[in-house]
Amino acid sequence: MLAELTAIAFNEEGFMTDPNEWTKEIAEVLAQQEAIETLTAEHWKIIDFCRQTGLASGNAPTLRQISAGTGISTKELFALYPKGPAKKVAKIAGLGKPEGCV
Amino acid sequence: MKTFLILGAGTGGTMVANKMSAALDPQEWRIVIVDRDETHYYQPGFLFIPFGMYSPADVVKPKRNFLPPTVEVIFGDIELIEPDKSRIKLSGPSGKTISYDYMVVSTGSHIHPEEITGMKDGGGWHQNIFDFYTLQGATALSKFLKFWKGGRMILNVAEMPIKCPVAPLEFLFLADWFFKERGMRDKVDITFATPLPGAFTKPRASSVLGNMLTDRSIALETEFSLMEVDNAKQVIRSYDEREIGYDLLVTIPTNKGADVIGASGMGDELNFIPVNKNTMQSEKWDNIWLIGDASNAPASKAGSVAHFMLDVVVENILRHMEGLDPLPKFDGHANCFIESGNEKGVLIDFNYDVEPLPGMFPLPGFGPFSLLKESPANHWGKMMFKWIYWNVLLKGGEMPFESQMSMAGKWK
Repeated sequence: MLAELTAIAFNEEGFMTDPNEWTKEIAEVLAQQEAIETLTAEHWKIIDFCRQTGLASGNAPTLRQISAGTGISTKELFALYPKGPAKKVAKIAGLGKPEGCV
Repeated sequence: MKTFLILGAGTGGTMVANKMSAALDPQEWRIVIVDRDETHYYQPGFLFIPFGMYSPADVVKPKRNFLPPTVEVIFGDIELIEPDKSRIKLSGPSGKTISYDYMVVSTGSHIHPEEITGMKDGGGWHQNIFDFYTLQGATALSKFLKFWKGGRMILNVAEMPIKCPVAPLEFLFLADWFFKERGMRDKVDITFATPLPGAFTKPRASSVLGNMLTDRSIALETEFSLMEVDNAKQVIRSYDEREIGYDLLVTIPTNKGADVIGASGMGDELNFIPVNKNTMQSEKWDNIWLIGDASNAPASKAGSVAHFMLDVVVENILRHMEGLDPLPKFDGHANCFIESGNEKGVLIDFNYDVEPLPGMFPLPGFGPFSLLKESPANHWGKMMFKWIYWNVLLKGGEMPFESQMSMAGKWK
């Protein structure tokens, strides 16, 4: 594990337990763990939106919310964050995993 | 004379009308409630219709029966809400305008199959693609199942959030039981395709109930974000190009708030109104309050939740009328019986901060019911609830529950 992450608490599934510990450097490292080598401006637009809405509501946003809030289509979201953008962005943005009530 | 206006006479609106008519001075206030539909639907009962456990007659009654005689009831569509001017405009030739001093919005959430390519417009809708969130869909599915010889059944959730998030699981459990009872379970492949990372996503529920699908040989496809329904190939396709074949597709389409909320510029991307999740006051307009599914509160969209919001909403409105600040007393409390088939059920009780936990739920006079565990008593609790709903809950009667969740009986 890289230096940036040693002081950070994660749950069993690799999601940060305290979103306030998040930094942009941590996001870069977490993105690499998700096989996203470089975070482009488009990636950041999505992360910034998710940080903003996720911290306000306490929940990781849904694909529709991300798409409506950033203007990036769902199809493009899957291209930027392959296989499950909602969960991947939540992880990289230091938010909890998208979940239901049970 | 001041006007207290309620939009929507479903579970939330009806309860508010009953509570407010008891609380407000009729010399000072007139209470008006507007709804497009004269029929009240017991929506939790829709689940049982496909399997012939309930008939349509079990779940419909006239709305008027549940509203106090002092309340003015208008049946019709709303064309526009103008929150900055504290008034609404009704549809139709009269185009009547109603100004209000206070308004409670309880316009609920509804399914929108047209949001998914090919779902409603591909030729299979209510032929071999069904919803069970409307009486029409549930009834059509019941007719289909009566004659179905088996094949591949998919239960799919298009996207979150949805009303009653446990209903899809209940449908799966009841379907498994239904096919077993008919001696045809070996002829049916059942797959659950969900946009979430699992059938259960909360740690305690996952560990206790996690095997309920595998025990029933129900296949699970997670993080399946539905892109389109291909009627010709009979497959559903996700954004990441996964395909699952079906002979019968039972779907929970995109859920949205009322169209008029969107048309009036009051909602988010799904027409849900931003609310303070603890006071239930609109984030934007001081004289607008929310109950039930119409808001964007991150609580479950379910009747029990509307019930737990009720006392908080009423108390806060009355405080506001006195010039006092609203109290942040709504904790996201939800309480649901989950039908698990074979005349058993699971009870869950949780709020914004506490996930469903195992233990015993102490309900004076009826309980205790076991939490997060299958039991026959939980099934009978759910069956009994229909009577309570029609006879006690809608009329704002006393229930043996506190609005706020209690840790009594729960195992940490």
